[in-house]
Formats: sequence, structure tokens, C-alpha cells
Amino acid sequence: MHVGGQTVRSVVPVITVLAAIVGLWVLAVAPMNIRGALDVAERSGAEIIPKGSVPRRDVSVWRLMLDNTDHIAKGYDLKRPRLPTPQQVWTELWKTTGAMVERGRAWSKRSLIYHGWITLSSTLWGFLLGTSIGVLGAVAITYSRVADMSLMPWAIISQTVPIVALAPMIIVLSNQVGIEERAVPKAIISAYLCYFPVLVGMVKGLRSPAPAQLDLLKTYNASGTQSFLKLRLPASVPYLFTSLKVGIAAALVGTIVGELPTGAISGLGARILIGDQFGNPFAIWSALFTAAILAGVMVTCLDVLQRIVLSRMGMRS
Amino acid sequence: MIWLVFALVFWGAAWLGNIRLANSAYSKSPAVQIAVPLIFGVTLLVLWEGIVRGLNVSPIILPAPSLVAQTLVNSTDVLWVDLKQTVLKGALRGYVIGASVAFIVAVLIDRSRFLTRGLLPIGNFVAALPIVGIAPILVNWFGFDWQSKAAVVVVMVFFPVLVNTVQGLRETDAMQRDLMRTYAAGYRHTFLKLRLPAAMPFVFNGLKIATTLALIGAIVAEYFGSPTRGMGFRISTGVGSLSIDLVWAEITVAALVGTGFYGIVAWIEKQVTFWHPSQRG
Repeated sequence: MHVGGQTVRSVVPVITVLAAIVGLWVLAVAPMNIRGALDVAERSGAEIIPKGSVPRRDVSVWRLMLDNTDHIAKGYDLKRPRLPTPQQVWTELWKTTGAMVERGRAWSKRSLIYHGWITLSSTLWGFLLGTSIGVLGAVAITYSRVADMSLMPWAIISQTVPIVALAPMIIVLSNQVGIEERAVPKAIISAYLCYFPVLVGMVKGLRSPAPAQLDLLKTYNASGTQSFLKLRLPASVPYLFTSLKVGIAAALVGTIVGELPTGAISGLGARILIGDQFGNPFAIWSALFTAAILAGVMVTCLDVLQRIVLSRMGMRS
Repeated sequence: MIWLVFALVFWGAAWLGNIRLANSAYSKSPAVQIAVPLIFGVTLLVLWEGIVRGLNVSPIILPAPSLVAQTLVNSTDVLWVDLKQTVLKGALRGYVIGASVAFIVAVLIDRSRFLTRGLLPIGNFVAALPIVGIAPILVNWFGFDWQSKAAVVVVMVFFPVLVNTVQGLRETDAMQRDLMRTYAAGYRHTFLKLRLPAAMPFVFNGLKIATTLALIGAIVAEYFGSPTRGMGFRISTGVGSLSIDLVWAEITVAALVGTGFYGIVAWIEKQVTFWHPSQRG
């Protein structure tokens, strides 16, 4: 993700590894889809060894591929493949994003831009909420011994609790309290996952000034607020950005987890859910890739922001 | 109303007590270190109980902790069946497979600088992705039983462990490696005696992150189809049939298992990396 000097050297390796992954993916399509391909071929009248899809279930995919070499290619062009090809996923991605923009229907309910936006907006709300909780918690922990001793263990324990178990309850509860908006419970779940890295990073950052620096401010007769604003807060900025990048990725995971088990109808998680229920693998795969792109874009944005802010502040990232 | 007042009074008293404990001369002693967060946790439970009883909240919306505890005790057999299905079969097997494969792959990759440079950024990126989304695909591939849950867990656990192990294996500095060379140590000895021990704090960091991910993966995968048992199954059907107290009991079990699992891995880490500064402090 970083664009520093270190990374320029790793461009070639990264591209090579990516190409290898795509290559493996393409190769894996043949064995994954051979049964489906043979079923389709048989229905259109071709001779398949052995006959019938039920007896074929006991034969290994490798045996099937060896016996029916002519029909392997069909696996790359199935309507409902077990594993779609990269080409098919890309076509679907383009069909539901770029092509819809060209036709001026970017905000149609079938476009991934619309669903991506729903997910993005509640990710950002969760991120905002989680970051605020994390920063406020960190300030409380730095300044109050009680908060440090009583909050910190529970913050750690809260992250060992599988939030997905709580997700349906959060949605039921917010429905009962009278919040009809779907975005609120999703934002709460993503805030739950997002606050922890920010809290930990900020505590570290606020405690990072050396005792000598704090003493210096004391000799200047600086008040608590002044030493917070002029020393502790600026010192914590590099830590803040590092944990914000972790936090926003976690917030996206939270939003998608919040959309998965709850019968949501819009958002990338809902696309995955609906694709699963209607047996449309392309919808699942394209939603997954959109989520990955979204994560990449958000982390890159924060990375750029970090570089700008830190260089303005005279620090090197 | 009395309940509400009692809860608020308890809250205030606990707060004052905690302040006194934290600022007392004994604040560094282990007993106080445990007592303060414990009092905080108990206060939250008392507040919850007081609000539910005081405001007459229906148990269908939010059951009181006492009711959840009662359900927990009364339905241990159901909870145990679910625990076996989700944790012991799905999460644990997936965790062991995923972590071992990631470790082996990391050791193999580590021999090539080219692969390390290529895979580390990709692994870092993938580790940040919402991988839970592949749950429906894997349930489709591996069927409804625990195999598909273990598969989801394998994929979710793989990348954090891989990235951390690769990073850890690069932790030794040139001076230390040179020393091994002056001892005439080959790759195998340098690896076993120097680089592997040095990598352990990183490996365990990955393993600790993976504990939570394993439970999340196993539970989410059950939302997409499972036999009629399992924590995720019970939670999603419990919400539908309004047996919310059972759902909360299940959540309690999930929380305890998650914390316990993390605790066990952290304990093993302490035994293995006793030499590391963070463990001696």
C-alpha cells in the first residue's frame, strides 16, 4: 500500500505474485467446474463418461477431466459456476458499475456503486463513532488511573468476543427502541470493531512524549490543557494515523458483518447474501471485489492524508 | 423504581470505591489490579439488571442478566452441543489447519527474497479485507456441516498468521546472523536457534489475532446454512423465534470461549517467549 522507496523495488515481485495468483485461479476453474460443465454438455446431447450426474459424484474430478477432455473448456463459460473465471468476475463488475454509469443509471438499485455507497456511508459513520470513542477513551486512560485500570482490561476482552454473535441482537434492539434506519446498527457494529485499534494507538501516542519534554513544559508553567494541546496531541498524530488505517479496514469488516446475517437489502453484504440465496455466484464475487477495492481506496486515502499532515507538521512518516 | 435507584446508587458507590482503590498505596498490587476492572464489570451488570427491572423492559427485547444466567444454567445440554459443533469441530480444526499451513508457507516463502517482497504487501492487504464475505461461497463448496466452517476459518486465519510469521522471520539483525555464521551454523541451525525464537513474538501476535477471527468465521458461516445445531444457527433461529434469553446465553458462551481461547494462546506465548522484554516487564 505504501508508495515509498521501499515499495518501488517490490513492484515487480508484487505483480509477479499477483499474476501467479490469477494463473492459479484460472487453472483451478477447470477442476472446480468440471461437474457442472459435464452436466451442461450431457443435457445438450454429448457423450459423457460415465453417464448421468449421480454416478459422476463418486468419480474424482481429475478422472472426469481425463476422460472428458473435450468438455473442460465448457467449465469456463458456465451460467452458474462453482468458481467463476477472473474474466467473468470482471465482466460482472463492469456491467454493474462502469456500464451503468455510461447509461446514466449509476444510482440504480442494481448497480454496485449504489450498494458500495450504502456500505461506505455506514462504514464512515461507524469509523467516525469508533474513532471518537477510541480517542476520548485514550484521553481518559492517559489522564485517569481509574479509567486506565478499569477500562483497559475490558477493552481487550471486548475484542475477544465474537461480535457477529452480538450483531443480530444489536439490530433487534435498535429496532425495538424505534430506530428504523438500518444504518444505525451497522454503524454501531463497525464502531465496535474500529474503536479498539484507535484506543490502543492513541494511548501509546499520548504517552509517547519523554518525561524531559513534559518537564520542559512544566518549567514553562504550562497548564494541563496547554501541555495536552501543544505536546501530547501533536506527538500522538503519527500513532493516530497508523491506527486509523487499521481502524477503517476494521470498520468495513464490521459493516459487512452487520449486513450479512440480518436480511439487509442494500449494501455489499446484502449483495453477497442475496447472491447466495438466488444462486448467483457472480453477484457474490463482484460484491467481494468491490469490498476489496473499497478497502484499498480508503486505506490509500488515509495514507496520503498521513503523508500530507505529517510533512506539514514537520515530521517524517 | 427501587431497582433503578439501587442500580444508580451502586454505580456511584462502585465508582468512588474504584477511585479510592486506584489512588491508594496498594494500586500496584495484583489484587487491586484485578479488583478494579472486576468492580467495573459488576457495575455494568448491576446497571443492566436495574434498568431492565426498574423500567419493566420486556424480556423479548432485553432480558436481565439474572434471567440469562438462569437460562444458561438450565440449557447447558443445548449450549454444549452447539459449542461442540461450532468451536471444537469448526473453529478449532480450522484454526489449527490454517495456522499450521500459514506457518509452513511463511517458512518456505522466507527462503526467497523475491517471494517475500511480493507476498508481504499482498498478504497485508488481504488480511485487512472483509474475508468473512466468502462464507457463502465456501458453504456452497463444502456443504452444511463443520467442514465448510473450518474452511472459512482456515482462510480467515491464514493471512494474519502468514504476514506476522514472515515479518517475524526477518527480525534478526545482521550482527546476530553473522555471529551464527562464525559458529559455522548452516541454514537449519540458524533457523532453529536464532530466527525461529526471534520470530515467536510475531507468530504469537498473529495467532492471538486469529483466535477471534476463528470464532467470527465459524459463527458467520453458520448463518449461511448449518445442521440444526451450532452457535450461529441457534442465534439466528433464536432471534426469529423470540427466545432472546437463549440467544444471550449463547452470546455469553461465545464471549467466554473467545476470551478463554485468547487467554490460552496468550499463556502459551508467555511460556514460549519468556525471554522477550514485553513478558519480563
